[in-house]
Amino acid sequence: MPQYMLLIYSPGRTPEQAEAEGPQWFAYTQELIASGAMKAGDALEGTETATTVRVRDGETVITDGPFAETKEALAGYYLVDVADLDAALAWAAKIPNVGYGSIEVRPVMVLPNMPDA
Amino acid sequence: MRSPSTAAAEAAFRDERAAVLATLIRQLGDFQLAEDALQDAFAAAIVAWERDGVPRRPGAWITTTARRRAIDRLRRDRVLADRIERLGVLAQLHSSGDAGDPGAEDALPSALGDDRLRLIFTCCHPALAMPARIALTLRSLGGLTTGEIARAFLVEETAMAQRIVRAKRKIATARIPYRIPLDEELPDRLAGVLSVVYLIFSEGWSASAGDRLVRGELCAEAIRLGRLLARLMPDDPEVAGLLALMLLHDSRRDARVNEHGDLVALDDQDRARWDRGRIREGTVLLEAALRRRRPGRYQVQAAIAALHAGAPSPAETDHAQIADLYGALARLSPSPVIDVNRAAALGRAGRADEGLVLLTPLLGDEALERYVPLHAAHADLLERTGDRAAAARAYATAAGCADNAVARAELRRRAERLGAAG
Repeated sequence: MPQYMLLIYSPGRTPEQAEAEGPQWFAYTQELIASGAMKAGDALEGTETATTVRVRDGETVITDGPFAETKEALAGYYLVDVADLDAALAWAAKIPNVGYGSIEVRPVMVLPNMPDA
Repeated sequence: MRSPSTAAAEAAFRDERAAVLATLIRQLGDFQLAEDALQDAFAAAIVAWERDGVPRRPGAWITTTARRRAIDRLRRDRVLADRIERLGVLAQLHSSGDAGDPGAEDALPSALGDDRLRLIFTCCHPALAMPARIALTLRSLGGLTTGEIARAFLVEETAMAQRIVRAKRKIATARIPYRIPLDEELPDRLAGVLSVVYLIFSEGWSASAGDRLVRGELCAEAIRLGRLLARLMPDDPEVAGLLALMLLHDSRRDARVNEHGDLVALDDQDRARWDRGRIREGTVLLEAALRRRRPGRYQVQAAIAALHAGAPSPAETDHAQIADLYGALARLSPSPVIDVNRAAALGRAGRADEGLVLLTPLLGDEALERYVPLHAAHADLLERTGDRAAAARAYATAAGCADNAVARAELRRRAERLGAAG
């Protein structure tokens, strides 16, 4: 079955808001696992902890902050294994922050000859 | 000159293309491969039909040939990871003489109809951008070429081709499913399909720009799609409502443009030139839909169009009922445009005061500042209440907003007539 990355974008949240939402994330993740669709998933620390790396003309350039400053930043992801895009979209529509953030659904590219981790 | 067999092949491909394509996409699991195979089959038909005569069931011949060509293509294509699996499935279909020959349509209406429904729902999937949905639907289910679609939408042909290719690629890569949505998704997804069809019609109907001839074809295509949907989903009153709406509008096609190519307002149209056949068909469809007692925006809009179409003159139109219907429409999908129409209908129903109450809040809306119908309706309502000076000012405002020269001149004329008298 095809895999999709559900990229979770979110505006900044206060620690209280994040904590209050905790049980919803827990329940959602459990539901995803129970359905057999969950391959992986994680929350990310905030963009204030992000560091961006580039190599230009052989030189490594390290900058503080995310790749792009936007109102909504990547806050986490789920990797799901489902039948088709409709199924992936249905899971995305249930992610707890979808009411104020947004979920980008991207098919995972199928590459032959990729070494397994 | 083309030979009769070539003409027969062209006709068969025009008539059968959508049905064959829909079945092939299901069997091959690949939009692009299905189109390429269909193209191959067309080339093969030109040669074979010239040699052997036109087959008894052209659709069946095309499907079988296209499937064989798809197998050839898959055999040549060594990149496809799952080609062996697909070849196995196809070989099985081929030997079993699969149910999927459009020639057998009479025997299996549901299976084949389902393929076309699948195709419509896939082309109108919300994961595709609206312009892509429209282009893909017209290309796959309609009879227009990419060049014709491009001309109708004032887009370069290469850009339109790109748009269609990109959409097909997304369907394949993101795995947009090829199926009729599940029951719980169906209402939303069907509404999406209907709005694509209606947008195609509206694009053809609007005289804003573009080649009028090609735009007329857009209306014809939208009506054809509407008929197909009505045949495939006979139990949905909104599907029938949309078809009725398009037919009722289209009945005025010849009367709405004068000999100079300018638009003629509804009130000024020669009603003898309205197409009675279309009006009758639309009205019958609408009445059957309304009996199901599941109203929706297309049925309500069709009901408004039917009241206009059935009236012998502008004065003898049931404007009170039209105002009520606009009220119902505003409850289904609130919009200031509907409120403006409702206010105008109230004025014509002899209830200009009520119309003004409805309209006044909209006059302060910045988004509507240059919306001509708002100011024209405002002026008309003021004139009906006897406030000629205010009406003259409102007509002048409306004229100042109008881009269309004919409309601007008419609004100016009304402003001056009232201004001079006041």
